[in-house]
Amino acid sequence: MTSRTNGEPLVRLAGVNKWFGELHVLQDIDLSIDRGEVVVVIGPSGSGKSTLCRTINRLEAIDKGEITIDGQRLPEEGKELARLRSDVGMVFQSFNLFAHKTILENVMLGPIKVRKQSKGDAEKRARVLLDRVGVGAQADKYPAQLSGGQQQRVAIARALAMEPKVMLFDEPTSALDPEMINEVLDVMTSLARDGMTMIVVTHEMGFARRAANRVVFMDSGRIVESAEPETFFTNPTSDRAKDFLSKILNH
Amino acid sequence: MEFLSDNWGLIQSAFLTTLSLAVASGICALVLGTVLAAMRVSPIPALRGLATSYVEIFRNTPLTVVFFFLVFGLVYVDLQFPSRFVAAVAALSSYTAAFVCEALRSGINAVPAGQAEAARALGLDFRQSLTTIVLPQAFRTVVPPLGNVWIALAKNTSIAAGFAVSDLTALLQRLANANADQLLLIFAVVVLGYLVITLPSAWGISILERRLRIVR
Repeated sequence: MTSRTNGEPLVRLAGVNKWFGELHVLQDIDLSIDRGEVVVVIGPSGSGKSTLCRTINRLEAIDKGEITIDGQRLPEEGKELARLRSDVGMVFQSFNLFAHKTILENVMLGPIKVRKQSKGDAEKRARVLLDRVGVGAQADKYPAQLSGGQQQRVAIARALAMEPKVMLFDEPTSALDPEMINEVLDVMTSLARDGMTMIVVTHEMGFARRAANRVVFMDSGRIVESAEPETFFTNPTSDRAKDFLSKILNH
Repeated sequence: MEFLSDNWGLIQSAFLTTLSLAVASGICALVLGTVLAAMRVSPIPALRGLATSYVEIFRNTPLTVVFFFLVFGLVYVDLQFPSRFVAAVAALSSYTAAFVCEALRSGINAVPAGQAEAARALGLDFRQSLTTIVLPQAFRTVVPPLGNVWIALAKNTSIAAGFAVSDLTALLQRLANANADQLLLIFAVVVLGYLVITLPSAWGISILERRLRIVR
């Protein structure tokens, strides 16, 4: 096997299957994501898109198939898995900032505990990142004192602090009030422009059009369609995608 | 009052014995109970099974029986504690650890799953995510139930009196036997001794509770 060559995709899912009991949530998923690529995964709820996202850092274990990141097969458990996860940033729908730590501590924690950086270095970098996502002034507050949009931007900074190879976004704006969605999408768009490899599960079609290189449409645990955003939104090939788009774009 | 000053040395040493029984057992029970709770939520089935058996055995055995076993039973396997005090601390802490474990486990279950998920996603291993993210939050939510465990422990120390430890309850027996006319006063002194330990604890617990509360 040739690994780490430039032609090798950064993230590769091959023949991935997963069941929740009787429910076949992921069916024969094949998906490759190249370095610097931004892939937006859309689809109706229950289509398996969040599960797909969560299998990539093994927050959900798969039952069949193979997932590799940077040519390396996802380890089963233990230290190896922890090391691999540290290279995969994740942003959750419900932010999941550590409730008992300040904003600054949230961002410093990973670099100190996992990367073994010194406190001083971690803090310097954390402050830069918090400024970058526009919440530098909130550094000493606790998560509950921030708005949802601010919390999610902190969560992005927390993931970035690990200098990940790829970022996973699991419906990052679905828990936000409408007026806060854009502040998060703006941060994500600028990340995409800077060349970050991103896999984004979202309902934000505007973001998909603006920032994605590719749109992946899922339904009932399968990837039904995969195309460039313009092609997908203007000329979807599958009936299921046409139906889905007509429901969400017509109002 | 002359009675009190005559016996002041005894009273003082009995009080200190009860206090040190409670504090030493409390610390041991907290450590052991935390380890047990960590085992009960660990991904390794053998550890979970071991901790569950421990909790069920000690939680459902009368404390007096635990004392009997550790003081007299261990002799049969050629083991003996260096002193009755140490044996009492062992009995009290192994018994109380089961309750600490269960209180903590309820606290761990109350920490939203997303907290541990976020920790794992950052690359923290099981031990790191437990010690830096989950347990610190769990401790905060279980301050009131742990307070109850502590107060129960402080009073349970009185069982040591039955096993030749000169604590406050032993003092009660000893003084009451010799001075039937001072019975009420002796009771008052002993009860006061326990209150001096438990009441400030109750206040301390409610202060701690307010200090450590996390807003979600």
